[in-house]
Amino acid sequence: MKSKYSSLFSLPYLIWSLIFIIVPMGLVVVFAFTTEGGQFTLDYVSQVGEYTNVLVRSVWLAAIATVICLLIGYPLAYIMSRMPGFQQRTMLMLIMLPMWMNFLLRTYAWMTILEKNGLLNKLFGLFGLGPFDMINTQGAVVLGMVYNYLPFMILPLYSIMTKIDNRTIEAAQDLGANTKNVFTRIVIPMSMPGISTGITMVFVPSVSTFIISRMLGGGGNLLIGDLIDLQFLGNAYNPHLGSAISLVLMVLILLCMSILNQFNGDEDREGMLL
Amino acid sequence: MKWLSKTYIWVIMAFLYAPIGVLIFFSFNQSKSRSNFTGFTLDWYVKLFHNDLIIQSLINTLIVALVSSVIATVIGTAAAVGINSMKKWSKSIIMNITYLPIINPEIVIGVSFMLLFVLAQGMLNNIGLGFEFGYTTLILAHVTFNLPYVILNVMPKLRQMDRYIYEAALDLGCPPSKAFFKVVLPEIMPGILSGFLMAFTYSLDDFVISYFVSGATSQTLPITIYSMTRRKVSPEINAISAIIFVVVLVILLLVNFHGAHKEKQSRRREAQG
Repeated sequence: MKSKYSSLFSLPYLIWSLIFIIVPMGLVVVFAFTTEGGQFTLDYVSQVGEYTNVLVRSVWLAAIATVICLLIGYPLAYIMSRMPGFQQRTMLMLIMLPMWMNFLLRTYAWMTILEKNGLLNKLFGLFGLGPFDMINTQGAVVLGMVYNYLPFMILPLYSIMTKIDNRTIEAAQDLGANTKNVFTRIVIPMSMPGISTGITMVFVPSVSTFIISRMLGGGGNLLIGDLIDLQFLGNAYNPHLGSAISLVLMVLILLCMSILNQFNGDEDREGMLL
Repeated sequence: MKWLSKTYIWVIMAFLYAPIGVLIFFSFNQSKSRSNFTGFTLDWYVKLFHNDLIIQSLINTLIVALVSSVIATVIGTAAAVGINSMKKWSKSIIMNITYLPIINPEIVIGVSFMLLFVLAQGMLNNIGLGFEFGYTTLILAHVTFNLPYVILNVMPKLRQMDRYIYEAALDLGCPPSKAFFKVVLPEIMPGILSGFLMAFTYSLDDFVISYFVSGATSQTLPITIYSMTRRKVSPEINAISAIIFVVVLVILLLVNFHGAHKEKQSRRREAQG
């Protein structure tokens, strides 16, 4: 296998990734820093500053959704990892099944449930309550994010927790640790890589979504993704400004991920992504 | 403690499945209302199968997914073999590039493709090689985001493989190309297959990237669904959801039973050996 020429097999891929990964990313950077005439400019990047409120809102809502996913997902992943084998497989299937439904359909489902004369308001009506304004609020957007991305939190947590040996926990208990200590000293430290993977996998799609905010947030709760979409396919057509916003989004995510890596120490990096 | 965790599981499952249940339930509703059930009907399913736009976009989706995942599997498997034999530093550079489409937000990838294709369109039109946004751009984009999944599925199999088997084949006079197809390929086949399946399903499901690179003429199913949710209320969406749910459920059950069956078999073999 280690012959001189075998690395040549990757040549088509290298050419492909040059044209379709490196060049497009380069184009985003170039567009962000140039005018329509091709002159260098910082106008578009500084123009992004006008949208600070949108940036803050995106990060804030995505962060809330991520924390909720972690709080809901962590106990479930733990319970799952302590089940007998057959039950574990069934649970895994049950959690993956909604994931394979297109996320547009899942978001649409919440649209019909939350709308003014939707199912939930009808239910409240039976008790003489409401109707409440649930759709087109920030809460609805967060709900949409949690619903769509919860499995992305549960799966990495679960896969790391199955690796925690029951005997480690029993040993801690034998040595006099109570339930709280078992969690804070054994389970949580040992599941740290799963936590950071889960956070990344929920935060990145949440902070960059434009469908969830459009379908559940109405027009008033624009996120970064909506801004980018508007510059490329919307009325505000301006690929230069769109590229500048995309660039800011990428930098933002890289920043968040490097902060997260600080907590993670240098655990095996291969586990970082899936 | 036991009942507490059981209740917890039930609550989460209700949260995950109630919205899907509601969607499917109202696909059988006579009226277009999304909260009042007025009577049972299968009309929306009949309408769905007579909706040319939906059928055409389903065909588009299948073609794009199949073509792009086959191309990605071939290029990706070759790439994995090549990368595996590289030196450490060049390997890590290439693997970092491979991770890029996975870490990057989908919308940024979609936008970057759009920039590339618009630019290429302008340049190629000048020399008379014009192309439209459509199948070509969709397939190029899908191959690109499918490639990492193939490579990441094949690489571990290559690493696990005993390279002395390949060398033994060469020592016994097998030419390298034949040794590759007879020895290496069967060994890494499970990785190739799971890479292909992953690529295929991601391709079927993709909305965000397709949204930026599909033209007006060749829409995929997710894009059609999106435009349907933007327009007036249409219970056909509910009918699509029900069908997709059943298809996914059947596939997952089959995979699961197959997996459990294989596990049992290998356990029995171990017990005998």
